[in-house]
Amino acid sequence: MSSFSVTEPSKRSKWFAGTLVILYALITMIPLAWIMLTGFKSPADAISYPPKVIFEPTLEGYVNLFTQRTRQTEDFLANNPPENWRDEIVRQYDMVIVGPSKFGERFLNSVIIGFGSTFLSIFLGTLAAYAFSRFKIPLADDLLFFILSTRMMPPIAVAIPIFLMYRQLGLSDTHLGMILLYTAVNISLAVWLLKGFIDEIPREYEEAALIDGYTRFQAFYKVVLPQAATGIASTAIFCLIFAWNEYAFAVLLTSGTAQTAPPFIPTIIGVGGLDWPAVAAGATIFLLPVMIFTILLRKNLLRGITFGAVRK
Amino acid sequence: MSDTPANRIAAATPPRVARKIRGLSDRAIAWIFVAPTIFLLLAINIFPLIWTIQLSFTNYKANRIGREVKNVGLRNYERILTDSDIWLNMQATAHFLFWTIVLQVLIGFALAYLINKKFKGNDLWTTIIVLPMMLSPAVVGNFWKFLYQPQIGLFNYVVAFFTGKDPSSFEMLGSVTLAPWSIVIVDTWMWTPFVMLICLAGLRSIPDYIYEAAEVDRASKWRQFWTITVPMVLPFLMLAVLFRGIENFKMFDLVVQLTGGGPGSTTELTSINLKREAFEKWRTGYASAYAIILFVTVFGLASIYVKALNKVKER
Repeated sequence: MSSFSVTEPSKRSKWFAGTLVILYALITMIPLAWIMLTGFKSPADAISYPPKVIFEPTLEGYVNLFTQRTRQTEDFLANNPPENWRDEIVRQYDMVIVGPSKFGERFLNSVIIGFGSTFLSIFLGTLAAYAFSRFKIPLADDLLFFILSTRMMPPIAVAIPIFLMYRQLGLSDTHLGMILLYTAVNISLAVWLLKGFIDEIPREYEEAALIDGYTRFQAFYKVVLPQAATGIASTAIFCLIFAWNEYAFAVLLTSGTAQTAPPFIPTIIGVGGLDWPAVAAGATIFLLPVMIFTILLRKNLLRGITFGAVRK
Repeated sequence: MSDTPANRIAAATPPRVARKIRGLSDRAIAWIFVAPTIFLLLAINIFPLIWTIQLSFTNYKANRIGREVKNVGLRNYERILTDSDIWLNMQATAHFLFWTIVLQVLIGFALAYLINKKFKGNDLWTTIIVLPMMLSPAVVGNFWKFLYQPQIGLFNYVVAFFTGKDPSSFEMLGSVTLAPWSIVIVDTWMWTPFVMLICLAGLRSIPDYIYEAAEVDRASKWRQFWTITVPMVLPFLMLAVLFRGIENFKMFDLVVQLTGGGPGSTTELTSINLKREAFEKWRTGYASAYAIILFVTVFGLASIYVKALNKVKER
């Protein structure tokens, strides 16, 4: 673009636009920054008025998040000196650590269910997308629309029969049940996005491979898959983020062994009401991976959002 | 025959198996590829939907196994459509939908317009703006509840700082008049970036030569904005509205964590009400009818809207 181009904004308007956007970005970050700060506050600092920006950082929130504690008598405390820095933190409140909390397990469940359902959605979705893209399937458009319209159902509406069905099949509160459910929700978007990416790969590549004596399967995984890798990766990120963030199904269908982190974090209770620093610590640990992910993979991710939406 | 990997594999496999693999017609492969997806959707989407329809004509209660289930015909539907409380929930949902869409469209479009000025570092700032929409709505709702606390919350402090009011004089989540706005604020904070991204795609799809031609014709910037930019972005904007509309009609996680539907039922959106009926009062049959009504409503509204959208696109 030449410097005389009429469509290139002037320096002044660029400066003005930049200032406003940066201002918005900074304001929008305040709630997130605040919750991360709160994770490092003591309970007293977290609820002080006026809100404290400068405070003495402590890991209390994180210790409370990962441990279970009980109050002890003075005798007991005097006879059992603290063994490490974590003990010392809870000793301020005459407490001792009795074991790990459930947060670790819940976090692990989120990881297992998130990655499991993403893998399955991508595996099945790529196959279906390839078939929709390359072969004549009777009623293909109707099928695709049907696949997509399943996303319009409110999750609670779907949850009623799923709840009954899972109760019958013994899938309630199991990893497998949640993985299948999230796969079913994600696969519609996955097929739709992946079909778009595969449509963009010229057919000539495969046809050349077929003439060279490749079978369809070989042409699919040796020619098409490598070409679609970027598209598959960005679709996978979407599936993963959905499964990671999902709450409605998780809260209705899981309560123990397969419960993920989102229904668990709001229930972290300390002495006398919600333990805000611990809740904030949990939120931080849970949200940070997604934020880092978003920043690192911004090119694919942002293109994927608009691409997916605009194609529909 | 050339020495391709395929032929080597073909030569190494027993003829019968080879024929089976190679002999698969494209048609067969197409069905093998599509079948698992269709099966999964049938099992986890369609079968439950049919079951819901069937349940909606009964008085089944999921917490009483073994109780006799009676067919009640259309009585569930009748009761829902004549229940004034449910119309209140619908109103709360409409308020939420209307204002989130208005605010998100205005702010989202403005931001996209500014970002499209291509100032230095715009993609990094875009990413930062996008962060809220990537997060878990339930966790977001939970920490905004902390920000909204009357005595200690940051939100009240900031409002008090700028208006001079006493920060404990108003409760965003506890007041009947403010609570509906508190959920609008959080949803707008979270989802404006989505509208912004779609608008940005629209703005970037306008070719430069149109503006250049307008410049040659000496059209003012103001006129260019209204006759080129707005009409060209409109289809994208309408799409963004469609998605936000469907998503917010289904809204559950964020609001349930923020207000739980309260105070009273001022922020009890239809999904939250549905959850109460289905999983707290355990009126499964009634809730199923409710779910069907909601689904038909979304589907109907969305179809009408898509027709309008296609008309705009044709222009």
